[in-house]
Amino acid sequence: MQLDSLYQEIILDHYRSPHHTGLADPYDVEVHHVNPSCGDEVTLRVELDGDTVTGITHESVGCSISQAATSVMSDLVIGKPVAEGMATYEKFLELMQGRGNVEPDEEVLEDGVAFAGVAQFPARVKCALLGWSAWRDATARALAQNESQDAAQQEGVSNA
Amino acid sequence: MTDARTTFSSPLDLQSVRADFPILSRELAGGLPLVYLDSANSSQKPRQVVQAIEDHYLKHNANVARAMHQLGAEATAAYEGARDKVAAFIGAPDRNEIVFTKNISEALNLVAHTVGGSLKPGDEVVISEMEHHSNIVPWQMVCERTGATLKWFGVTDDGRLDLSNVDELINERTKIVSLTWVSNALGTINPIKELAAKAHAVGALMVVDAAQAVPQLPVNVAELGADLVGFTGHKVVGPTGVGVLWGRYDLLASLPPFLGGGEMIEVVRMTGSTYAPPPARFEAGTPPIAQAVGLGAAVDYLSGIGMDKIAAHEHAIVEYALEGLKTVPGLTILGPTEAKDHGGAISFELDGVHPHDVATVLDTRGIAVRAGHHCARPVHERFGVQSSTRASFYLYTTPEEIEALVDGLGFVRSFFKVA
Ligand SMILES: Cc1ncc(COP(=O)(O)O)c(C=O)c1O
Repeated sequence: MQLDSLYQEIILDHYRSPHHTGLADPYDVEVHHVNPSCGDEVTLRVELDGDTVTGITHESVGCSISQAATSVMSDLVIGKPVAEGMATYEKFLELMQGRGNVEPDEEVLEDGVAFAGVAQFPARVKCALLGWSAWRDATARALAQNESQDAAQQEGVSNA
Repeated sequence: MTDARTTFSSPLDLQSVRADFPILSRELAGGLPLVYLDSANSSQKPRQVVQAIEDHYLKHNANVARAMHQLGAEATAAYEGARDKVAAFIGAPDRNEIVFTKNISEALNLVAHTVGGSLKPGDEVVISEMEHHSNIVPWQMVCERTGATLKWFGVTDDGRLDLSNVDELINERTKIVSLTWVSNALGTINPIKELAAKAHAVGALMVVDAAQAVPQLPVNVAELGADLVGFTGHKVVGPTGVGVLWGRYDLLASLPPFLGGGEMIEVVRMTGSTYAPPPARFEAGTPPIAQAVGLGAAVDYLSGIGMDKIAAHEHAIVEYALEGLKTVPGLTILGPTEAKDHGGAISFELDGVHPHDVATVLDTRGIAVRAGHHCARPVHERFGVQSSTRASFYLYTTPEEIEALVDGLGFVRSFFKVA
């Protein structure tokens, strides 16, 4: 097993100075996700404008892989439509589950390609996915929340 | 390290012990030798145990108690023979005090459910901050159900039970005291005998999580003074899928059943059933037969070597490891830093490197340790950390493996550029 293929410089850089940390206001939804088997925790806030992810901030405790992956995920998703973020997640997931046999798409994954080596350490794949799962959950809730607010508003309008 | 090396001495012939454990000489990917330092999580198995299980399945397999044929009789004799062996191994006065469960988690749930079922609001259950989750959560559940209150011992800065308020904690409202004998996270060995006396003085029952004690200490439950003691097969060189609950017979006989089903009954009528006496009352359904047979072989194996020798070896290895780990810059040991009353597990933090990263880098050198909260999150919180790295040892651990760990940690520091 190649340590350098796991701990690429990009990963260590994101680990030492992660992006988008510190929980920002305002936000739509905050979630707290944990990895019960190892104890890694992430608190993550999302803000949407319609279907666009305008903000992600997070605070986490965890290993280099989980911290760096959350940092890279935020970079990849902020400013994008939700659907594009979800598609990026699918690509990242495919890479993680590929046991080293999937060629990463740098166009889509950018710094995320540095995680290709993680796929060869099955015990660490869940570390790389923690931030993503928090973002997906928060985004799904934010969409639902905004939708019901819109519906309530519309109802308010038609009642008026 | 050289100083410590000259002073290392163990009563065990490590080479011949290790020859019984084929897995210890396997090669990992890349041709690396295995350095297994995760025995507190699960121990390795000697050939003798695996052969006993194989022999059972290949020659004697049948269901127990209910099969009216020769194989059924053989399987029953093997299963009940394992009960005799386990009873002798832990000094149980009566073989019917040994209940086979699936693991110690099930044993503790059994106790919380049956003993705890009669708790009332105002009653108190006392545990500690250093418990494994399986000696916390079942008590939280039963307290929630019955309205009883859960209290706990704190842990001192040096990783011992904080006994400063013992007489406040164990009081006339206390019904159950349930404590770990040896901490799986800190390694601390707790003064169970004294605490059992305190519990009894107020009329409370003493329950002991001996999951880490039975593997490494000579145990005599009759002398311990506790009422209920549990342990788990896979940590005593036995197979997974079997655990043990020992209880004083009169106490077990006074308890209601836990799970309902076959074998635990006396007479079943559609209008109601009566229950078998212990241990059958607590063994509903087909038990873990081959696993119990394997456990019997495991305790035979340990007795053959001698639990006093195993305890002495464990002590020597812990002392050696504590000394070695103290030479690693930036390393902080969680829990007691002296070998006195210290079981065979040491958890630590390494400045600037997360435990998962420590474990992964060590793994690439063939060294298996555990990283995380080791199912003891509260005690990590107590020390203000989210997780730690744990190295744990057993009768087959060599001083060379400790040296490999210490060297490996030096490499971890240089790899993450904290050196
Ligand atoms: C102190 C202690 N109690 C309980 C357990 C639970 O054991 P099991 O998972 O076999 O039920 C363990 C081991 O994981 C332990 O170390």
